[in-house]
Amino acid sequence: MDFVNAIILLLNYIFIPALTYGSQLALGAIFVTLIYGILRFANFATGDMMSFGTMMTILFTWYFQSLGVSLGVLPTALLAIPFGIIFMIFYMLLIDKFVFKYYRNQKSPPVQFAMVSIGVMFVTQAVVRIIIGPGDRRFFDGEKFIIKAREFKEMTGLNEGLALKSTQVITIFVTIVLVSLLFWFLNRTKTGKSMKAYSDNEDLALLSGIDPKKIVLVTWVIAGILATIGGALYGLDKSFKPFTYFNNMLPIFAAAIVGGIGNPFGAFLGGYVIAFSEILLTYAYKKFFMYILPESMEPSSLVQLLSTDYKFAVSFSILVIVLIYRPSGIFKGKVL
Amino acid sequence: MVGIFQSWNIALSIFNLCLISAVMTMGANIQWGYAGLINFGIMGYTALGGLAAVLISVDPVQEAWRAGGFDILMSLWLIVVMVLVIRFVLKRFEKSKIRTYSIAAIIISGILLIRFSAEPGIEAIEAVDPAKTGFLGGFGLPIIFSWIVGALFAGGLAFIVGKVALGLRADYLAIATLLISEIVIAIIKHEDWLTRGVKNVIGLKRPAPYEVDLQTTDWFIKLVEKFNSGKLSVIENLADRQAALNQLVIEGSSVFVKLCYSGLFLVVVIILLILTQKALYSPWGRMMRAIRDNEEAANAMGKNVVKQHLLIFILGSAIVGIAGAMLVTQDGLFTPGSYRPMRYTFLIWVMVIVGGSGNNFGAILGGFVVWFLWIEAAPISLFLINFFTAGIPETNALKAHLIESVPYFRFLLMGLGLLFIMRYRPKGILPEKIEIK
Repeated sequence: MDFVNAIILLLNYIFIPALTYGSQLALGAIFVTLIYGILRFANFATGDMMSFGTMMTILFTWYFQSLGVSLGVLPTALLAIPFGIIFMIFYMLLIDKFVFKYYRNQKSPPVQFAMVSIGVMFVTQAVVRIIIGPGDRRFFDGEKFIIKAREFKEMTGLNEGLALKSTQVITIFVTIVLVSLLFWFLNRTKTGKSMKAYSDNEDLALLSGIDPKKIVLVTWVIAGILATIGGALYGLDKSFKPFTYFNNMLPIFAAAIVGGIGNPFGAFLGGYVIAFSEILLTYAYKKFFMYILPESMEPSSLVQLLSTDYKFAVSFSILVIVLIYRPSGIFKGKVL
Repeated sequence: MVGIFQSWNIALSIFNLCLISAVMTMGANIQWGYAGLINFGIMGYTALGGLAAVLISVDPVQEAWRAGGFDILMSLWLIVVMVLVIRFVLKRFEKSKIRTYSIAAIIISGILLIRFSAEPGIEAIEAVDPAKTGFLGGFGLPIIFSWIVGALFAGGLAFIVGKVALGLRADYLAIATLLISEIVIAIIKHEDWLTRGVKNVIGLKRPAPYEVDLQTTDWFIKLVEKFNSGKLSVIENLADRQAALNQLVIEGSSVFVKLCYSGLFLVVVIILLILTQKALYSPWGRMMRAIRDNEEAANAMGKNVVKQHLLIFILGSAIVGIAGAMLVTQDGLFTPGSYRPMRYTFLIWVMVIVGGSGNNFGAILGGFVVWFLWIEAAPISLFLINFFTAGIPETNALKAHLIESVPYFRFLLMGLGLLFIMRYRPKGILPEKIEIK
């Protein structure tokens, strides 16, 4: 019995939250990696673009709520996401036309692109803060829990409860669907394959008649979808605050690089690597050992490897180690 | 200009921060403009400089040293031993999987050992009067020394970072330095025994006199009286005149203190400017430019690219460290929570790019212009909004919303400024000028 309790404990506090957080990071990381692979620059505006998409989703959620439209047990935001995506793509294409296109035609070095993306980051931050303000916003509605901790305890008679939030299930479900669609698109369709070719070798791809304008357009569309959904899922699960989104850029970068930048599958797994290591290293295992070990050996301290304050630092350290020993990432980057 | 519109006091504090920004920008400019190294970790070096100011100037907390000083020193020793062992292993054994794993094992077991041995000490230190101290304190020296120590700290960190990360490609280096600076901030924020963490350190010593002391000093009152003799003589009533004088003395004292800081900072800026200009035109500067423009050719000419990159990375970071210590000196407080990448990394980069990379005067100009706009963006945009919406009634929701969000127009201004400069004047306002003789 104690053993089952311990397993439930880990599921509840480590496995499920890490899986959710990892999914959110994974979506962002694929976004970063696509931009890096095809447009060839590190996009420092990642977090803020995600917050722009989320903001649009929130605005539409409010609109639907004021109309009285809802999805019942599901959050209204799911209905608003497609509209958010449209605006996000529109915004990205606008930026691409007025900012990035010029440097692409000039064949500027990646560093210059990165600098420009910092300008975009500033502007996007201003736009988001001016429209919706810097405050903390929750836009979740509908049923909050699928399984409540107390009900679970009563149902199974265990000491440990297992709470399953509906946002967690939605996040994981949407991520799986979206990512499988994306990989199907990249590996099976003609456009996807030409994107891969373009990422692999630009000149060869151009020679074989691939239209670079179309590739760039499709990339931004996919990026818009990923950014909006990733941002909205994060906002649903936690809350929306522009500053947090800006900060999330850092673990997202970490995930993309750890997975091998330019490699979407690597980025996908990288998200989970980062999320799990953050939570595994900062979790206090005292209760777990209390179940597992006999009473005489119970630990007196919290058995926490690092305090939770170092959550971000963990993922960054992993990144630094990966960068030094395997700069191409765990799954060899630049293949798309 | 601000002095006339708002007050001399505000004008001077903006001027002081302009000077500090100029120092930071010069640091970044050395790395980016001279050598083409991208460093997004400016925030970390600034914070380290600030930490130096705290560690140098605060009086040591005797009780805390008694409570946990021994444990802390022991763990410091452990770290030194660990580093030595790793060096020994690196030197002694051939590169192999076993070596890598054993080094990893040494590091992990070392960290665990340090954690367990330092824990009681840290807890004891943090328990010493946590509302006031709860940390080890510093050395109780004049805070001016911290400017040098800040440079040493930042340079030391840059040495470590440079050793590991400088081999990376430009955009990877940017990300790596950004993340490392976040790690530094995380450590400063949460190691309360060293820095008090988010509880902040306030009331640091000053290199300039205190306002309160000035207000009771005779020569200062006479000075203010002399300066304002015209204004004062208009007032007939003796009591009124005394009241007016007192008011002037209070205002004057804070202006005077700020002027003291400005003087100190100006000295630093001028010294740095002379040094950097000299360096730029020296053979060393020529070599740096050669390395920047064509690394392979410079390498083929027998220049040690790796070593020079490391050197310039350390130098630039050290200058940023000085600026960090200056910043804490002028504020008189150390707030680890306030170090944000937006303000301390990206804004500085905007300064470098806008001012003109590779040109020291450009860096200073960038520091001044960008900081001035950053501060004054809110009033300016408020004025503009009021101007353009003058016909719309106050109750209009859009107008009210815009006025409420005035503080965020500074981001817009910075972003647009950066984008326009990058597009139409990619070399900055004052482009790099190298005279070829």
